[in-house]
Formats: sequence, structure tokens, C-alpha cells
Amino acid sequence: MPESSLAQPRIHGSPSSAGRYGTMTSLVLVSPLILLLGIAFAYPVGRLLWNSVFAPEPTLAHYTRIVAEPLYLVVLWRTFQIAFIVTVLAFLFGYPVAYAMARIPGRRAMLIAACVLVPLWTSILVRTYAWIVLLQRNGIVNTVLQETGLTETPLQLLYTQGAVILAMTHVLLPFMVLPIYSTLRNIPDDLAKAARNLGAGAPQAFIRITLPLSLPGAAAGTLITFILALGFYITPALVGGPRTLMMSTLIAQQTTELLDWPFAGALSAVLLTSTLLLAALYRRALSFSKGFSNG
Amino acid sequence: MHGASVSLRELGKRYGCVRAVDRVAIDIRPGEFLSLLGPSGSGKTTLLMMVAGFELPDSGAIWVGDRDITLVAPNRRDIGMVFQRYALFPHMTVAENIAFPLRMRRFSKKKTMQAVADALALVQLGGFEARLPAQLSGGQQQRVAVARALVFEPPVLLMDEPLGALDKKLREQMQIEIKRLQQSLGITVLYVTHDQEEALTMSDRIAVMRDGRLEQIGSPAELYDAPATSFVADFIGKMNFLEGECLGQDARCFEITIGRSSTIVVDRHLASHEALPQRGERVRLAVRPERIELTPHKNQKLSGIVESVIFVGSSRTFLVRLAGGELLHVQSQTTRESYSPSQGERVGLSIPSDCVHVFPQAEC
Repeated sequence: MPESSLAQPRIHGSPSSAGRYGTMTSLVLVSPLILLLGIAFAYPVGRLLWNSVFAPEPTLAHYTRIVAEPLYLVVLWRTFQIAFIVTVLAFLFGYPVAYAMARIPGRRAMLIAACVLVPLWTSILVRTYAWIVLLQRNGIVNTVLQETGLTETPLQLLYTQGAVILAMTHVLLPFMVLPIYSTLRNIPDDLAKAARNLGAGAPQAFIRITLPLSLPGAAAGTLITFILALGFYITPALVGGPRTLMMSTLIAQQTTELLDWPFAGALSAVLLTSTLLLAALYRRALSFSKGFSNG
Repeated sequence: MHGASVSLRELGKRYGCVRAVDRVAIDIRPGEFLSLLGPSGSGKTTLLMMVAGFELPDSGAIWVGDRDITLVAPNRRDIGMVFQRYALFPHMTVAENIAFPLRMRRFSKKKTMQAVADALALVQLGGFEARLPAQLSGGQQQRVAVARALVFEPPVLLMDEPLGALDKKLREQMQIEIKRLQQSLGITVLYVTHDQEEALTMSDRIAVMRDGRLEQIGSPAELYDAPATSFVADFIGKMNFLEGECLGQDARCFEITIGRSSTIVVDRHLASHEALPQRGERVRLAVRPERIELTPHKNQKLSGIVESVIFVGSSRTFLVRLAGGELLHVQSQTTRESYSPSQGERVGLSIPSDCVHVFPQAEC
């Protein structure tokens, strides 16, 4: 993930901190991280990808299998579809929350921040099980629906695409809210006031001043959410059914159940490339929009 | 462009149990430069924000010309404003910033471009159209903010400590420039500052605020020469304060003792509180440093010892310790003939009876 997309918007144009340390010092400082990443991340991933082409002998068979079998392409397409919907929903729900957090003074803002952060500190597993409790056949939602007479029989809520999208949006919401909040908080209050004073109504002031200035945060938030959603495993595996199979579940099946490592490698390679491609396209598209100087 | 009158009528605003603005009434004449002066927390900024429409008064009304704007939305008030930190839009160029109020008013492209060019010429920033605010110096940002506030030709301009972030030299230059602009455009300016020197330099009239109340309003000379309260006397210009006791009075003067042996005679009309001090009452005296005259020591009623001499170019400040222990600042012009005692010398002081202000002691 390109970490520079997390950079703050340059509202007051601060000097870059690059060059404060010499090259050697910098290398020494980051070497533990590089070592860890190399051993625990780069090597295994490289090995997996290598296997997808060279195991047992040099072949593209694993990749042709992905293209030939409709199931895999369907799952890939569905994965992107779900990640996209989740990102859009998280943005629509997250932006107002971030805005409120940044603009409401004092204790109430802390309360909102707590509502955003406490779930983040709670295990994803726990939060996903909470959705199972809510959505299962005789869960809270179905009970309420039946008792109010809205439905006769319990609805199939769990193990649907809707459940996956709902739970994933919930789980990923903090990753959307926090970057947007941090850019919004750095926008001086005076700017919106100045816009109002110069003749802009409240919606105009928001659209022309606050929204464009918060774009870097929105870009970072949507990118993080989208990429996390693409590779999400636990939540879709637990609240999704066979018809909502996503790439990560598929890859897990290949490695843990079918033990077909080369094919899992091929699937991973496809997911990884398409993710990187999309991220690059996204940043490119955003850098064309004005007021977005980001690396 | 013509300035409009602004009338603040008995404005009040509370935050909890704090009266941020307490029944303030000010009438600003069309084309007048009026400063709201006061320490922080005196309510001057709250007052300005009410005129701009960002704070609603709890009571009272605000009129601009013949229009009641008390409840009008900020974007419909047609009042220009320069913010403390300029509040330029960082994602827009200088030209886009200045064009913003015109775009909001749906000016044609051609008219907008002409108005932007005119406004930039007005603040002497022609050629800076394509720069971003971050590429400008503080003084240039300030000029852009002024141009943006003036480009839609508002009859009233509000300024919230606009020069606070500039260094001294630039500040003095901008003071003159803003004053020149205001006079040539004939616009009404309501200017908030905590810097009394700035207020004295620029204003037609100054309203001194304290704890949400209007302490005194008048021309700089009035405030300087006839402060109504000891707060104003202290806040505007340099002032010496002395504690004293009223000895007696006749038709024209009071006689007041300071310390054990010294006495001062004060003109009656300069006692600024209604109840004139009675015999035996404690009072507070205020004298400007430049009103006191130093003379070689003979047998004056008031004498002291020079503790130090501070050279400030055109004038000198002498710190003189009186017999009773009070320290007086005495300022005198540096001329060749003027009497200039040196440190440690015993001097006589003479204070003209029409230069002493008398305040009741309870006030502070």
C-alpha cells in the first residue's frame, strides 16, 4: 500500500523532513523493519508467487485454470464488487461521523471518537460474531420482525451478500473515519466562516472549501478501506455463505483444505496485481483533481 | 463605493453565566474608522462576530444603514471581513480567492476578471494572480485577504486583529496602507485590536471594551487626554499612577497629598468621576510621562532622585523615585537645550495642574 497517500494535506506548506538524517543513519534506523518484512513477508509471498509459476516445473497451467474455470473469475469479480460497495457505504456513513468529530467541541466529540475507536480495539472476530447473533434465524432482528408482525417466518439474513456487506462496512468504518477526521481537523474553522462571509451559503461553503480540502483524507480512507475489503477473510468467511465466496476464502481453501499451494499462489498473484493496478489508477485519477497534491 | 452607518443597539451575549457582551451600544458613522480596543476576553471579538453573523446576540439589534441585519445569515449581509489568520483558501490561487465572492454573486466572467485585476492593483499585488497562498509572504497574504474582502464593494469592512501575525515594521507599513485604502474608498471599518498604539494611529474613534462592557468611546485624542476611567487611562498610552489623599478644595482646584510631604494641585474639571472627592478621601492620580517636567532641584513641592535614564532616540525616559517611594516615568524630548539630569541626581518635578486625572480609588 502506498503509504504516502496517508500524508496530511499541505494546508500551510510545511517543509519536508527528508534529508534531516544521513543515508546511513536512516538505513540503520529502518533495518530492523526491513529485516522483519523480508523474513516474514517478502520471502513467503515471493515463494508463494514463485511456486505459482515454477512448481513443479515452469508452467502457466495454474493461471490458465483461473481463466478457464468461470467460478474463479466470478469470485474475483464479486470480490471487487463487494469491496467497492463496502467502500462507498463506509464513505457515506464515515464522512458525516468524521465531520461531527472534527467540528463538535469538547466532551461530545470525545464520545463520538470513543464510539469509533472502541470497536477498532475489539477483535474483528468478536464483532463478526456479534453480527451473527443479530442476524441468525432466531436472532434479535428476526425476533423483532416477527413479533411486530412484519414477517411471518424468519428471514434468511445470515450467509447472504447483504450480511457480508453490512458486517464488513461496520468492521472497516474506523479506517475510513480516522484519516478523514485528521484532515478535517486540520482545516481551520475560519475558512468555512470566510466562505460564508464572502457570500456562500452553508452547502456551498462545504462543497467548495471543506470538501475539497478534506479530499486527501477521503482518498486515504477509501483506498485503505477498499484494499482491506479486497483481502478480507474472517468476516466474509463467517457471515457469508457459499454464494458469497470471496477471493481470500478461496485462497484459504486451496492452502488449508486442498493443499494446492501453487494454485493458491496463482490466485494470490491475480488478486495482488489487480489490487495494485486499481490503487495506482485511483491515485492517478485523484491527482488530476485540483487541490490534491499528494506525493 | 460608499460606507454605510453601523448601529449596535444594546447588544448582549452570555455564555453560561459569563456576560461576554453586556448591553453595548455604538453608532458608527458612514465612512468612519472605528476600533474596538480591549484586552483579550473583553468581548471585542464576540462583538465583531455578531456583526459578521457568526454569533447571535441574546438581546439588542444590529443595523447597517437602514437595514436590520440582526438575524440575517452571514452570507447575505454584504459585509467584508479580514480574518486574524487571513483565512485564504489554500487550494485556490490568489485570483480564485479574490474571485470567490464574485462567483457567489454570479458575476459574469469578464466582470469578475476585471474586478479581480482592479482589487489586486488596489493592494499593489498585480502579477500574483496564479500564486497559491502558501507561496506568498505574510504581508502579501494579508493584502490578498484585504483585496478579497473589498472586491465585492461592501459598505462595511470588519477586521479582526489583521496585523497580529506580522512583524513590527511590516505592521506599521500596513497600518498606513489600510488607513489610506479606507479613506480613499470611503468605506466604514470596524477594526478589532488589543494594540492601543495601532488603534491610536488608525482610528477616527476608539471604543474601549472591558469585561464585555463599553468603557469609553471617543477620538484617540479624547481618550488620551481625558480618559473616563482609570482602566482607560492605564490601557491607552503610558501613564503614571499615584495614590493620594484629598486635602481640600476651592472653586477651581483640589489639593492632594502624595506620600508624606508632597502635594499636587489638580484642576477641578479633570476629576473624572461625578462625585468629586471629599476632604480626606483616598484618590488615584494619573499623569502622562510627557506632562511632567524635570527641573534642577531647589525647593519644589515635589522632588525625587533619578534612578535611571533610558535613551529612545527622539526622547528620553527618566525613572524618578519620589520621597514616598513611588516611581514615576518622565519623558522629555531630546533637544540640546533641554535639562537632562544624570543618574542619581536629585531633581524637582513640576506637574501642571491641568494634566492630572483623578479617579476614585475603589475603581481598581
